[in-house]
Amino acid sequence: MRSHANPIFQQEELMTAKTYHISDDCRYGRTDEWIRLDGTVARVGLSDYAQSELSDIVFVELPSVGTQVEAGEPFGVVESVKAVSDLFAPVSGEIVEVHENLEEHPEWVNEDPYGRGWIIGIAPEDLDAIDGLLTPEDYRAYIKERSEK
Amino acid sequence: MSTPGRSGLIFDEALLFERSRVDRPGIPLEDPEVPCVDPREVIEPKLVRDDIEGFPELSELDVVRHFTRLSQWNYGIDSGFYPLGSCTMKYNPKLNDLAAQLPGLVDLHPLAPETAIQGTLALAHELEEALAEIAGLDRVTLQPAAGAQAELVGMMMIRAYHRSRGDDQRVRVLIPDTAHGTNPASAALTGMEIAEVKSGADGILHPEQLAPLLDERTSALMLTNPNTLGLFETHAEELAERVHAAGGLVYLDGANMNALMGVAKPGHMGVDVMHFNLHKTFSTPHGGGGPGSGPLAVRNILAPFLPTPVIHREGDRYRLDNEFPYSIGRVHAFFGNAGIYLRALAYIRTLGAAGLTEVTQRAVLNANYLLARLREQYDVPHDRRVMHECVLTDRRQQATGVTTADIAKRLMDYGFHPPTIYFPLVVHGALMIEPTECESLESLDAFIEAMERIANEAATSPELVTGAPRRPKVRRLDEVRAARHPRLRWSAPDAES
Amino acid sequence: MSYVPHTPDEIHTMLECIGVSRVEDLFDTIPRSLRQRAELKLPAPLSERSLLAYVRARAELNLSAGRSSSFLGAGAYHHFIPATVDALVSRGEFATAYTPYQAEVSQGTLQAIFEFQTMICQLTGLEVANASLYDGGSAAAEAALMALRLTHRKRIYLSPALHPHYQQVIRTYTRGVGAELELLPAETDGRTATTELAPDTAAVILQQPGFFGCIEDLARAAECAREVGALCISVTPEPLALALLRPPGELGVDIACGEAQGFGVPLSFGGPYIGFLAARQKFVRQLPGRLIGETVDSEGQRAFVMTLTTREQHIRRERATSNICTNQGLCMLRVTIYLALLGRKGLRSLAEINLSLATYAKSKLQQAGLRLPYSAPTFNEFVVEVPDLEARHAALVEQGIVPGLPLGELDPQRRDQLLVCTTEMNSREDIDRLARELTA
Repeated sequence: MRSHANPIFQQEELMTAKTYHISDDCRYGRTDEWIRLDGTVARVGLSDYAQSELSDIVFVELPSVGTQVEAGEPFGVVESVKAVSDLFAPVSGEIVEVHENLEEHPEWVNEDPYGRGWIIGIAPEDLDAIDGLLTPEDYRAYIKERSEK
Repeated sequence: MSTPGRSGLIFDEALLFERSRVDRPGIPLEDPEVPCVDPREVIEPKLVRDDIEGFPELSELDVVRHFTRLSQWNYGIDSGFYPLGSCTMKYNPKLNDLAAQLPGLVDLHPLAPETAIQGTLALAHELEEALAEIAGLDRVTLQPAAGAQAELVGMMMIRAYHRSRGDDQRVRVLIPDTAHGTNPASAALTGMEIAEVKSGADGILHPEQLAPLLDERTSALMLTNPNTLGLFETHAEELAERVHAAGGLVYLDGANMNALMGVAKPGHMGVDVMHFNLHKTFSTPHGGGGPGSGPLAVRNILAPFLPTPVIHREGDRYRLDNEFPYSIGRVHAFFGNAGIYLRALAYIRTLGAAGLTEVTQRAVLNANYLLARLREQYDVPHDRRVMHECVLTDRRQQATGVTTADIAKRLMDYGFHPPTIYFPLVVHGALMIEPTECESLESLDAFIEAMERIANEAATSPELVTGAPRRPKVRRLDEVRAARHPRLRWSAPDAES
Repeated sequence: MSYVPHTPDEIHTMLECIGVSRVEDLFDTIPRSLRQRAELKLPAPLSERSLLAYVRARAELNLSAGRSSSFLGAGAYHHFIPATVDALVSRGEFATAYTPYQAEVSQGTLQAIFEFQTMICQLTGLEVANASLYDGGSAAAEAALMALRLTHRKRIYLSPALHPHYQQVIRTYTRGVGAELELLPAETDGRTATTELAPDTAAVILQQPGFFGCIEDLARAAECAREVGALCISVTPEPLALALLRPPGELGVDIACGEAQGFGVPLSFGGPYIGFLAARQKFVRQLPGRLIGETVDSEGQRAFVMTLTTREQHIRRERATSNICTNQGLCMLRVTIYLALLGRKGLRSLAEINLSLATYAKSKLQQAGLRLPYSAPTFNEFVVEVPDLEARHAALVEQGIVPGLPLGELDPQRRDQLLVCTTEMNSREDIDRLARELTA
């Protein structure tokens, strides 16, 4: 997630410590996407931290099935009222599923980021690449580090 | 404390389409005294429409009441203090509206023969010369319809200039992190790439931060001066020297000329091309979001690339020249927003040199006074002398849960238009306040008092602030709903699913 | 005169509070070397009365449409503007407000734009319209850019009957993104031939009615575009035609744009005018410019707000759908008021009056022995061939008649062609005189 914030309507985060749900069965990218392998397909979505930073998501721009993506390259866009953010592929591979229900229900990304808020399914080129991503513990520390900045 | 006051009745008012009644007679039309033609007799019937479905049918009084009621839901400069930073909401003199709408000007066709347009060309040429003098540059085009269009034209001209010298590789535009969003958007539209320049902890640019970004690919630096924090870019001259030494040019976003006019000329700071926002510095009405006018001033080296047509003076005759082989072309169907730039000319001609300088001085005086008073209760991220506007933040209110957006909405309850909020992006929770020269000490003090009250409310009863506004016709809007399920037009009730 | 209100005492108080002794000290962040030493070289200031006299004297040098018998159209139309339009747009609450970012205190502007968007949809037969663009030329250019983004292709075909200035603006705007522009051929009746499109076409752009007045068969053009997966864009500089002709949206057009000046905006030497742009619902996220949407406030009342703003420059910066940062607010308001006054029947009647006058003018000029080169149907504008046009044109202007636009100014091959426009501002007598004088 890399945001272009809306200068006009942006609501500020309170400087109070927030707790974010970090699902234990996922790995995480440094751009706040989660990835969870199930068989040969890995689902990708936005972490609870990312959806909370963005606040109410109003639109998800989805790629088409069959697109090849490279790790670290953008594959889609999420928009809130206040910001627009790129979504980056945590690993390289082919997009084999897109969650089309999000076109009608972008709020699912907020309501259930690790469940029905999933965004795409990738068939990774290299399954081991997932192991190279942040573990839940690493990701927790990474969020903490950023919020203290 | 001057209270926000009371008003007459604020009416509810339905949409035009909802007020419409079938067969309600509207305004009468004149009989043309020629035989009436049935469209289907002269045009193939398959190309003729039957009706304009859903279009309103109203009486003249219905229409007058409708728009009068709508106007009463708006806040304008004519209503009260409008300290919207970066937008220069100064008084819009009524004289200028009258002057620009005199017969002969307002009813002049843009393609009338050259002999028929001499008066308007003379006025336009005079404005070009005045703006060139204020900018300290050589030539001016009045064609851009707004500041953003001028940026686009300026970037195209810079690109054409580099190409004419065989420098096709100069495609990188350096833009400070404090810049208006139009700067990168305009540069990108010309196919150039953007590199962001970080401003220093003191809020301004430093030559050392710029230097590593300069190379043979540098096309231009897009500077805003004073910048959007209201700070003069003290190193402007050295920044320009470095850009020039690297082969690039300097573009100035002139949105903030209200702080320089008559005091310092951009052309003397190494600026090669700049735009004016006539709807800001030169008092033409903002009109609820346009029309504006964005003349562009350039150094002679860029003159061959000006958009066509160009006004030429030959003795006491003027002509429009379209034969400009290096021109970037045309960006407007005709000659820009004449109705707007003639207002700006009226402003310049009534103020004169001393008046324009006084405008700048008082604008800076008002902004520094506001800052001096407001710093007691609000955080000031860059505590230095400001020019025509100042930036505060909500940092000291945050612990109470009150944010910049809340402060803005609460100001409405006190009878003020809010400042610009959350811009520039480099400041967390920015409140950008531009008082303009037109406000008296009393109106500034009333605003300061409201800001102080809000700071106290934030400390003692924050719900008063977070629940604002209460006084306008509507309360806070559900923007998420508007964006998730866009309803961008009215539809007849029975047409809806 | 500079409209500053401070008394000397107040200035003193303010400087003291700031902690400086002179106003000049406030400029100490500007290096001394950059400050102006001399006053600006500008003419001496004028009083209110003398300013008006000065402007009036220059205005009198113009031969405006109101002071002549003018048959000029070609993208700027001389229509009658009811007094109510000026009275209402002059209200300070409209004229001196800014962009409606703060929706709670901008509902008037916001509701008016929502009404404008609706009327543009009704006129064009399309599903979404934006809050307006600078003018017809930039609207056509924005439509072209939109088609490039939507199709990821580069080739755009322009009708030869697209306003030559609009063609130039499209060329200027699309150069940076590498578009390839090609001209379509013309049929002998004056319409555009759209059958030969390359398979990699992004869009076909036609003007309706065409620059030479001919009414295009948009359905055929849209069909040809669809066959190669391209978009069909219609451009309408004379919006009154939309009250008479089948709406572009019904004919398969994907983006309908144009100039709405004819709806209550004065000629004003070409600006400010107002571009409009409407499109199919599915393209809404690629629309340039501002959009107003309906929502509710925290108490459930209907209200309007700027929406889908993530497309715009203030958020997306270099990746925005356009760099535009405005709409033509006050012109948009003029159009909305004008259309409300004319209404469903009035607008149609006015269009029929314009058509009747042009039909009369065509037959009068033909009776006078002049040739009309195009056989395709027209609305309120048409081309007539006038032998020795240059000399006749100059002679007529001397008599206070501007007979139309000599097309030789734009294309030497059309040296004897005159583009004539008749609106409700031209009387039968004016037309009879034109026919007499052009053949005298």
